[in-house]
Amino acid sequence: MLRMRITKRQEPLGIGGSCFVLLTALSLSLLVSAVLLYLGGTSPIRGISVLFQGAFGSRYALEDSILKAIPIFLCALGVAVAFRLKIWNIGAEGQFALGAIGATWIALSFPAWPKFILLPAMIGMAMAAGGLWGLIPALLRQKLRTNEIIVTLMMNYIAILFLDFLVYGVWKDPTSFGFPMTPGFSEQAIVGKIGATAVNWGLVHCLVLGTLVFFFFRFTRIGFEIKASGDNVRAARYAGLPYDRLVMLVMVMSGALAGWAGFLEASATVNRLQPSIMVGYGYTAIVVAWLARLHPLSIGIAAVLLAGLRVGVESLQLDLQVPAAFGGIIEGLILLTVLAGGLFTHYRLVPRKH
Amino acid sequence: MRVWKALLAVLLIGAVNTAYGADKEMKVGFVYVSPIGDAGYSYSHDKGRQAIEALPGVTTSYVEAVPEGPDSERVMQNMARKEFDIIFATSFGYMDPMLKVAKQFPKTVFMHCSGFKTAENMGNYFGRMYQARYLSGMVAGAMTKGNVLGYVAAFPIPEVIRGINAFTLGVKSVNPNATVRVVWTKTWYDPATEKEAAKSLLDVGADVIAQHQDSPGPQEAAQEKGVYSIGYNSDMATFAPKAHLTAPVWNWAPYYTKVVEDVRKGTWKSEAAWPGMADGVVDLAPFGPMVPKDVQDKVNAEKAKIVAGTQKIFVGPIKDQNGEVKIADGVVATDPELLGMTWFVEGVVGTTK
Repeated sequence: MLRMRITKRQEPLGIGGSCFVLLTALSLSLLVSAVLLYLGGTSPIRGISVLFQGAFGSRYALEDSILKAIPIFLCALGVAVAFRLKIWNIGAEGQFALGAIGATWIALSFPAWPKFILLPAMIGMAMAAGGLWGLIPALLRQKLRTNEIIVTLMMNYIAILFLDFLVYGVWKDPTSFGFPMTPGFSEQAIVGKIGATAVNWGLVHCLVLGTLVFFFFRFTRIGFEIKASGDNVRAARYAGLPYDRLVMLVMVMSGALAGWAGFLEASATVNRLQPSIMVGYGYTAIVVAWLARLHPLSIGIAAVLLAGLRVGVESLQLDLQVPAAFGGIIEGLILLTVLAGGLFTHYRLVPRKH
Repeated sequence: MRVWKALLAVLLIGAVNTAYGADKEMKVGFVYVSPIGDAGYSYSHDKGRQAIEALPGVTTSYVEAVPEGPDSERVMQNMARKEFDIIFATSFGYMDPMLKVAKQFPKTVFMHCSGFKTAENMGNYFGRMYQARYLSGMVAGAMTKGNVLGYVAAFPIPEVIRGINAFTLGVKSVNPNATVRVVWTKTWYDPATEKEAAKSLLDVGADVIAQHQDSPGPQEAAQEKGVYSIGYNSDMATFAPKAHLTAPVWNWAPYYTKVVEDVRKGTWKSEAAWPGMADGVVDLAPFGPMVPKDVQDKVNAEKAKIVAGTQKIFVGPIKDQNGEVKIADGVVATDPELLGMTWFVEGVVGTTK
């Protein structure tokens, strides 16, 4: 019988090896999904091909996947900044909501402002609102030593209820027959689409912000301090790094990025604020950030893949009548196998000698 | 000139339709807000879908558990691109996305359930569920012992508020002392939350639980406590046989069949349809064995009046929670008033926020 032993690697696995592990993990999750499809009475080959066709197989599909990846990417970029410092911000959902609220406030208050002033103002307010919402748990953590996981999670519910309060109350469109939604935004408050595509300019925002975050961690001192403190808090404190201030900084950045996503979703996609804007991107972001090991470029890839999966599953439902829950199962499998595969970055299996 | 062109087009379409009419293969798509296994709202729409699937020359498909908002826009676009002839979207939040998609695909017929916007190729429809709710309220009012009724409700939107009001009017018509306590869950479909909400009502002494949700969660809570319940959407008797008094139910098959046939014949026109009990779209599920004969007879008599059109339910004088008269004596509330209802009638305990 073959018996295995786990030993630590001398050097972490290189790029080639990591890619191999990742691809193996993805194939494994797809294989299990195929078996499930087969058990459910659907042809697995047809099923997987419909899934890919629906996600990336045509221009429309690709546009849809990218469109859905935009808010996921920004939220994931945000949580990744906090995760670098090992600050577990589970609150992207709430910060996203606050961003949408902030942007909507500006859009409803100054609908006639020209676009080049109104949009930046909306972005600014969205970032401020999301950033402040992120700052609160950071302050509570420092002053009252609360756990940021619990506080950020709880604040999501507060944020969503606050959003409900606004759209069911003071911001409710008087012409909506009592349904919860704000009036539609003016033309100037809407982020448009790129040329003749279905994708909005938010994609460009993502590219710019992703690059900025990349450079921030690569080339700035504060970025280095965050990484160093994340790797070893004690050593960082001993070296005199301003750990508490870094915690506040990453939470504000994290919240501001999620807030930006909220702005884009309200402005570009929904064109108003309504409760259905909240579909859990803030939670998906955590999955994406982990899958991507917190690296901005990988976050982009993971966001598009996960968005594509969600889009593709709709085709799977429509063409082959596979239940909606199947998408959640594949997503869970991918997360499980990829994270489990992460073990091989620092460890390896060796056959046990007798 | 334009008129003539349009007329010519209509004639041409008519000619094509008579030539191929009966043979034209119809593809019909449905967008549901919850899984069809919810035994409730989406389940009842899916019953309607199955009925038209059984028609010759009709194929159907659906996408379930589609979040309201941008996701639904994509799902409907996808259906339209795959050349579905008719797309039914069955939740309120699909309205604006559907309007956008309808503009992009002028040849596809779009049908939105429960909203208020229409376009040339987009109709809206819903059923006068409040009629059946009134009847279920009569049953609940007759069966309560403590005069406190619980109502688990999804969102404070006019559809739900109207249902609660109709239910309460039904309760008061047989039992003027009873009150209806409302708890909002802020979700259409979350069986655990719905059940918890029902328990909170049981804790304040409610002995009949009614609901406006997509699952039978509240029914189960009532059964566990040993009190009665009023279901919704479909006959929920199997989920809580000891508790289930009756349920206002949907029966979409006749309406969906009509729409499909109209589109096939080319006689479909965009409209805001609001059929009721007389059209068979809404009904009351069979009574549970615990409902006494005299109560059943009384409710059935009232049902006959609704079908005949002599019982309109929202007939003044009707006061709101503050005792202010909202519908004056002898006045029948208009459809726009009903569709935009945002206040509770006297006898409801709870807020519309």
